[in-house]
Amino acid sequence: MTENETELETQIAEWRSYMLRRRAVASADVDELEDHLRERVADLTETGLRPDEAFLIAVKRMGRMDELSREFAREHSDRLWKQLVLTDEDAPAEAEQRRGLLVMVVCAALGVLAVKLPALFGFGFDDSMEFYGRNAGLLVLAPLAVYFAWRRKVSRGTALALLGLFALGAVGANAYPVEDDSQSIVLTAIHLPLALWLVVGVAYAAGDWRSGQRRMDFIRFSGEWFIYLVLIGLGGGVLTAITLGTFSAIGIDAETFISEWLLPCGVAAAVVVAAWLVEAKQSVIENMAPVLTRVFTPLFAVTLVAVLVAIGLTTNAIDVERDMLILFDLLLVVVLGLVLYSISARDPVAPAGLFDWMQLALVVSALLIDVLVLIAILGRITEFGFTPNKSAALGENLILFVNLAWTAWLYWGIVKGRKRFALLERWQTDYVPVYAAWVWVVVLVFPPVFAFA
Amino acid sequence: MHIAKDLVAASATPLVLGILAEEESYGYAILKAISERSGGRLEWTEGLLYPLLHRLERLGYVDAHWRTPEGGRRRKYYAITPEGLKELAEQRKQWDAVTEALQDIWKATRSIVPTPGPVLEG
Repeated sequence: MTENETELETQIAEWRSYMLRRRAVASADVDELEDHLRERVADLTETGLRPDEAFLIAVKRMGRMDELSREFAREHSDRLWKQLVLTDEDAPAEAEQRRGLLVMVVCAALGVLAVKLPALFGFGFDDSMEFYGRNAGLLVLAPLAVYFAWRRKVSRGTALALLGLFALGAVGANAYPVEDDSQSIVLTAIHLPLALWLVVGVAYAAGDWRSGQRRMDFIRFSGEWFIYLVLIGLGGGVLTAITLGTFSAIGIDAETFISEWLLPCGVAAAVVVAAWLVEAKQSVIENMAPVLTRVFTPLFAVTLVAVLVAIGLTTNAIDVERDMLILFDLLLVVVLGLVLYSISARDPVAPAGLFDWMQLALVVSALLIDVLVLIAILGRITEFGFTPNKSAALGENLILFVNLAWTAWLYWGIVKGRKRFALLERWQTDYVPVYAAWVWVVVLVFPPVFAFA
Repeated sequence: MHIAKDLVAASATPLVLGILAEEESYGYAILKAISERSGGRLEWTEGLLYPLLHRLERLGYVDAHWRTPEGGRRRKYYAITPEGLKELAEQRKQWDAVTEALQDIWKATRSIVPTPGPVLEG
């Protein structure tokens, strides 16, 4: 290929990417227009123009992009809101999409199978809550890992590593002789899904988990997956209520069907379907997630400040019951999620604005709350000694504290215009292995250390 | 010569359907054919042509399908359907009526037809 041609190819690729950003213009239309552009360039070069000159004229003839896309929008006004329609026959990657759909269906079926198979061995969903508590994460996330491994066509080494990690999770969940009502089993039930979620991340990144970019992608994916899962869950709730109601109206009790079949199978399938939706309907979620972030960042900031003010006024200490600790950790994680998401969605070169101050306030108030929680936990530990719960809570809050403190520091620099956003992004992606290490420690090391308490 | 936008828009559908009635074709070729048929006086933009083609497709007047020649890029071809032919016949009737009326009027008002101006010499 001559230099001129390569240059032309780059120009066309650039033009394509600009064109694809127009929401009224579907990618098949861009294909069609590209074909048109190329024909015209070929005709013009035949008359003696150089390819780059020909490209300029061809693009100019095509008219200004926004005018062109307005014409498309007039004819295809449906596209602006009908993006949720699942089948797009013209899509260039039609075969690929079909394959994705097929893989999704197979993996969702795997998930259903994984959840229901234990019932054959006497672990019914209603009367073996303890078994499902330990293994739920394993059962629903393994099919998701399979889904990504399959979609991404991971290498043999990665596949083996994934298999090994899930096997390790299975051992961690089931091998230790812990009591049904012990703290350890609850900790495993909470931490194992988190550990395995990060393993899914390895599959998501097709084994390239060291790449910061891939990690950021996975963080974004996690947020978007969660939104879709919640949406599906809401729909599922309506379906459940209607099923219950209509069957009870005709005198049939559907409760067993729902708790044994609809609920577990629905959840298992939704985990995979949500992951598929995130990628298949990328443009939808890309529009939704930043909006949600914008809406909830100020609300959470206000809530946190209100909590701090309330603590200051009443001088009530934070209650360190297990549920409370989980709640606070969840709150801190949500704060981090909001910060991360808005970072990943924002234009990195845009100057810091009011919203960034809001985020800084959010991070700082989360940091203060974390300090209060840490003080409360340490107080309990010095009084009553270490238990699995308190140790896990201490570790998590320390980890979050370090992250939030450094995030606040970086954010301060960013708001003051001294630092770039990329630093904050780097910090967050570099920090992910810390979480992974900690949750695995809680799952694998804690039970023997605390004598399976 | 500049042709008014409204006239271009009104004549767009019969022109495209007429060209496709001869044989199936694709966007760029249709644009070229229109330019040639009008002696370069009708210059369409892509913003006019492609949305129009998609509308005709939606209305069922043309069928579209992608085809990839061996070793080439895939291209979207349009072919006229029986409904399209019917629509073309209908449009043709209407245009005939319009042009007939216009012809009549042009004849009656021959005097104001732009006559070649006095040839200035020198």
